[in-house]
Amino acid sequence: MPDKNGRFGAFGGQYVPETVMPVLMELQEAYAKYKEDPEFKAEVDGYLKEYAGRPTKLYYAERLTKHYGKAKIYLKREDLLHTGAHKINNALAQAVLAKKMGKKRIVAETGAGQHGVACATVAALFGMECCVFMGEEDIRRQSLNVFRMRLLGSKVIPVTSGTGTLKDATSEAIRYWASNINDTHYIIGSVVGPHPYPMIVRDFQAVIGEEIKAQVKANNVNLKYVVACVGGGSNAMGTFYPLKDDKAVTKIGVEAAGRSDKEGDHAKSLTLGRPGVLHGAYSYLLQTDDGQVVEAYSISAGLDYPGVGPEHSYFKDSGIVKYVAVDDKEALDAFQLLSRTEGIIPAVESSHALAYLEKLMPTTKDDEAVVVCLSGRGDKDVQMVASILGEDLK
Amino acid sequence: MTRLSDKLESMRKAGKKALFIYITAGAPDFQTTVEAVKAAEKAGADVIEIGMPFSDPIADGPVIQEASVIALKNGATMKKILGLIKELRKFTQIPLVGMGYINNILTYGVEKFIDDFKDAGLDGMIIPDLPHEESADMRAVCKQADFHLIEFVTPNTIPARIKETCLSADGFIYCVSVNGVTGVRAIDYSVINDIAKLVREETSVPLAVGFGIGSPEAALAASEVADAVIVGSAVVKKILEKDIAGASELIAAIRTALDERVK
Repeated sequence: MPDKNGRFGAFGGQYVPETVMPVLMELQEAYAKYKEDPEFKAEVDGYLKEYAGRPTKLYYAERLTKHYGKAKIYLKREDLLHTGAHKINNALAQAVLAKKMGKKRIVAETGAGQHGVACATVAALFGMECCVFMGEEDIRRQSLNVFRMRLLGSKVIPVTSGTGTLKDATSEAIRYWASNINDTHYIIGSVVGPHPYPMIVRDFQAVIGEEIKAQVKANNVNLKYVVACVGGGSNAMGTFYPLKDDKAVTKIGVEAAGRSDKEGDHAKSLTLGRPGVLHGAYSYLLQTDDGQVVEAYSISAGLDYPGVGPEHSYFKDSGIVKYVAVDDKEALDAFQLLSRTEGIIPAVESSHALAYLEKLMPTTKDDEAVVVCLSGRGDKDVQMVASILGEDLK
Repeated sequence: MTRLSDKLESMRKAGKKALFIYITAGAPDFQTTVEAVKAAEKAGADVIEIGMPFSDPIADGPVIQEASVIALKNGATMKKILGLIKELRKFTQIPLVGMGYINNILTYGVEKFIDDFKDAGLDGMIIPDLPHEESADMRAVCKQADFHLIEFVTPNTIPARIKETCLSADGFIYCVSVNGVTGVRAIDYSVINDIAKLVREETSVPLAVGFGIGSPEAALAASEVADAVIVGSAVVKKILEKDIAGASELIAAIRTALDERVK
């Protein structure tokens, strides 16, 4: 998977304008060539190790385990990577690929700014130009990340079209790419978009699951469950994919239930959506009865995307992964719980995965183990959480 | 033969270049769309493209994006667009080709869409996010129904792909003038003219050049090789301002330029 048409079962494909097709073909060819190339792999692995800080720890959260009093809880510490989230895995590897393809410029979309910062970082590292498209509304909410990207030498371009959020920033990045395809590589931030992107981003994030497998084995951990949050789904895909054939491990993807099940109040693409086409792929999608895409909402800016990676749609329909959802409040509670019990402030995205432990842990046994992918750190969210909790930081 | 093929063939025989005018359905409202279609035909349009607004139009530039947002805000739905086509057919036999994104059609149901819209009087469909690789199923249904599904070529389409595209081309081939999105700007049309020459060698299906054309001068440059030019954003901008007279003036000026060049 995917097949030669970029399909994961019924999902995926290449629903893009003809202008973009030749460059997708070029990318497919380049990726097929480099992915087995030992030199390419060594270069990417070198940067992941020396620059980003891989491998990340599989940390036994003893006090959190005691809190629930059931299975052992381990945290996959992607939050400890350079730039503070798993996004750097994909950004680094794609930038190396772009360099090999002779591209001079990087274009990216960003919601909360984590993927944008990761791209700005690798662009600085490799001396490439970088433009990041970001919704006007997100720019206002995430001014610190906007400054970070500018500090790193990237251009941040405000997107006012549509609703001015992540989905519109993605559309605008695709439009920009279509207009500058000869010298520009588009680093998409998740396992979404047209083929071959869902496959490429999956492969570059699969290091998370590969490491979990090796670490579990080395430490004799009786792994029964892995849990990860799902927006577009890149950290979850990276976690689940290497374990997809291991029937002894239950894989749970956690979507953002936002503030209610009303249209526009959540980001439950898999658990409440209907398959459709957005940004080049056929996948579960939040949309109206007429096929217009509906804005997603979550307290977490990294999860409020109305679509989801097509391979997740396949995993859902084939039962390989179980998808659930937790709401804003549950995520906020988990955010605070991990901070107090372990001294780790998690990203509010990752807090969604942690929040599901409330439901999962009572069903587990003492001799089992649960791994939660801690996809990012929560510094970026502290200000927002403070204001929700009624603290004035001024 | 369909209204579209008849029209393009008769124009070719007369040695004339055809003028396609794109109008977003329901922007700013359906009443204005009906007036705009009437005015466009009167001013010299040969084919009308009916834009079907989508929430995420990745092939469109700022003007058509804005038109889509306004149309959707004002309640445009596929059902209302179907009603619009029936309404237009009460007074005109001008070829009507839809331009819309695949998600709305999948949602409506591909076969039902073609049944209903053809029945209402639509002659074919341009789907910018349905490249050749994804269109096999839809092509088969369209062929069965004698409903045109338009293929594309662009400045980046490689010769092998041009060959393949031409094999299934039907109605006309949409020659996208530039790598990028819709919207008026200065474009070097020699690039697409060279591509059009390659396409000509493969097929006799008419060629229409679109993207970026907003003036008589641009229309002339774009129609050097092709059989037709497509004007969208420049007209939509005026329609959004409810300046139907302005839209007519622009269409008439392009018409005149195209006709005079032939003389």
